[in-house]
Amino acid sequence: MRWHAEPRLIKPAAALVAAVLVLLNLGALAAVLWRADGEATLQPADWVALRFTVVQAALSALVSVVLAVPVARALARRRFPGRRLLIALMGAPFILPVLVAIAGLLAVLGRNGMVNDALAALGLDRVSLYGLQGVVLAHVFFNLPLSVRLLLQGWARIPAEHLRLAQALGFGARARFRLIEMPMLTRIAPGALAAVFLICLTSFAVALMLGGGPAATTLELAIYQAFRFDFDLGRAALLALVQAGVGLVALGVLGFVRLPATRQAGLDRLAPAPPGGLARVLDLLAISMAATFLLVPLGVVIARGLPHLADLPASVWAAAGRSLGVAALSTLLLAGFTVALTLAGLRRRWPEGLGMAALVASPLVIGTGLFIVLNPLVAPSTVALPVTALVNAAMALPFALRATLPPARQTEADFARLSAALGLSPGAHLRLILWPRLRAPLGFALGLGAALSIGDLGVIVLFGQTGTETLPLAMQRLMGAYRSEAAQGVAVLLLALALGTFVLVERLIGGRDAGA
Amino acid sequence: MTRSILAAGLLCVSTQAALAETPILHVLTYDSFVSDWGPGPQVEAAFEAQCGCDLVFDAAGDGAAVLARLLLEGTRTDADVVLGLDTNLTAQAAASGLFAPHGLSPALDLPADWSDPLFLPFDWGWFAFVYDNTRIPDPPASFRDLIASDLSVVIEDPRSSTPGLGLLMWVKAAYGDESAEIWRGLAPRILTVTPGWSEAYDLFLNGEADMVLSYTTSPAYHLIAEGDATKSAAQFSEGHYLQVEVAGMVAGTDQPDLARQFLAFMTTDAFQSIIPETNWMYPAVTPTAGLPDGFATLIHPAPSLLLPPDAALAARDPALDEWRNALAR
Repeated sequence: MRWHAEPRLIKPAAALVAAVLVLLNLGALAAVLWRADGEATLQPADWVALRFTVVQAALSALVSVVLAVPVARALARRRFPGRRLLIALMGAPFILPVLVAIAGLLAVLGRNGMVNDALAALGLDRVSLYGLQGVVLAHVFFNLPLSVRLLLQGWARIPAEHLRLAQALGFGARARFRLIEMPMLTRIAPGALAAVFLICLTSFAVALMLGGGPAATTLELAIYQAFRFDFDLGRAALLALVQAGVGLVALGVLGFVRLPATRQAGLDRLAPAPPGGLARVLDLLAISMAATFLLVPLGVVIARGLPHLADLPASVWAAAGRSLGVAALSTLLLAGFTVALTLAGLRRRWPEGLGMAALVASPLVIGTGLFIVLNPLVAPSTVALPVTALVNAAMALPFALRATLPPARQTEADFARLSAALGLSPGAHLRLILWPRLRAPLGFALGLGAALSIGDLGVIVLFGQTGTETLPLAMQRLMGAYRSEAAQGVAVLLLALALGTFVLVERLIGGRDAGA
Repeated sequence: MTRSILAAGLLCVSTQAALAETPILHVLTYDSFVSDWGPGPQVEAAFEAQCGCDLVFDAAGDGAAVLARLLLEGTRTDADVVLGLDTNLTAQAAASGLFAPHGLSPALDLPADWSDPLFLPFDWGWFAFVYDNTRIPDPPASFRDLIASDLSVVIEDPRSSTPGLGLLMWVKAAYGDESAEIWRGLAPRILTVTPGWSEAYDLFLNGEADMVLSYTTSPAYHLIAEGDATKSAAQFSEGHYLQVEVAGMVAGTDQPDLARQFLAFMTTDAFQSIIPETNWMYPAVTPTAGLPDGFATLIHPAPSLLLPPDAALAARDPALDEWRNALAR
């Protein structure tokens, strides 16, 4: 068999993954609806929540991606000692548990934070973080790293020949941007916008903590309220449908504006030296500002928690072990899902949309739906950890596909005909053509999945029992028992584990070029 | 050799049989109850020492999450006892028909009368705004004082947290028809509204807000566990709303005797003496040894406000609308 035909295994594997995902998303929703009684209607407050949800998600996505452009470009074309470490560290906010990240952010930008103390020292008014501005700022803090990484992948895939040619033709910064970088951005940016929009769409704790009050109610909070406060499953499901509708519309709009991929074959040669002068200064500025914004809060989290790391109780370490186990299982599942859908996605469009669908769903509805389905079969607490791993994998899949599919398709566009002409077997094509070009994004995707799984509080809250607590849950419980100093210690442990796992998995899979 | 394997096998089977004979009591409760620092581990040890059973805690979020979990499981629930609802939730819990009468009438030390046939209190506390007494020498003495001050407070969302719901009931019980006006007055003082108690308390400890909605007993934690006397609760002249935390027996339990035994145990010294320094609330029955020293320094508000469960349930939705309208501006 030669490469021009799709290996037979790919289609059924992708179909299996698709079935799992559809069951997880629609099945959970259906289960919630099935248990609901009575008719649900939207209330006036829900429309306010809908408007706030869309506004904050759109603003967060726009700001994150626009800010990511200069940062990604600077990181893509500059080489300096510690660059890879910086890129890895800058990714940390995205994989942090929300509460840890907010604590770090508040230490810098809060009422008693460094910025406000500096303003006060200069005799200026303190600025308030609470309100729409705080919600957007926190979302940018979380999602700027993701946007930078996604755009960075785009820059890394601009063929070096184009840059050399541009240099030979004496392109200025504007011409280079218009003719080389803009076409890349029009392909990558919509996906990044969609990803950030969808993440912020189901935002719950950030909006509630920093929103300043009920005016900042998101749909996910309204769903939570319907469950917890009214135990109105019908309303919860209806709100989840509205939320999913918004997400699908966003996906559709961004899928529509995406331009057809241009076919640019390159030979992967070394890029020319980046421009100096003003461009160099601006790049330095972009990198240092982003690094400050992202790393100082992390530094505060570490400085606060480090002294308490030594006296953490034994149960915390057991929880850490459990979290690593969940992350390992989740990463394995994610690897299977990603590879199947990426290979299937070389020849068709649906795997991408399907992968994104997991972001559209409400995590709360998925958790509750699974609980309803599993409850008659097994004691939910006995499957808490595997279920958490599965849901984590499904939730990380959209990011994984975002990272792997575009380069996979580009590689296929560049090399498929060559492989077919040379009569390469599918195995040889995978090994010689796809793997070297995809291992870096795949390593990134799986590292991200592993780290997200470690930091996720998610469904374990619903399924939990004594003896199944994960590290984020252990932290939550410490905070609930006044032990905020120990919780700060756990935050450092979480940060270290999430980041360590991310780097480890990314390097193991991604190899030498990981983080490029 | 064969014989020893057989013997080992028999031994194994008989151990399993012995294990299978140990009855298991499932208690569904909230997260912080079962944490290493909560009452859970000590309660488990104390009860298992006398019941000849295995006590297993299942945990779900906070009181409201416990109720949601029970309603979700319905009659299929494994839980024999549900522990950790408060009186703002018990009307809804009772209406589910999932609870059976406990049939107990122990003498209780509550600042309110108690005669609920389904639910039995295990601890209680007054909601209060906690502040740092080194930064605020002259705390507000009423809601109106707080409104007139320039202090910032952080509160919990009534839709996702039991203290948040408690504050809603507090304002309602103290001000009735005027509560919308109180909320409008409070709105500028409220820095933000958090999903739960721990997030709010963390914001307060990090200096984000001057005051936080918590309990009159919160300063006792800082005093006893940390030797820190800088935290106090502000005493309001309107009186303070009570949170009475209760447990009840699940009607469909397969261990009714054990469940009842647990509820009876709950109001004995062995259980009650664990509560003050693990749950940081007042025990429902004062232990014979009295309360820990630090508790004597706490404010003792009067009057105690408490809406009966049915009234609390009926007041909930209108009060929530008032709250939302006042704060959404």
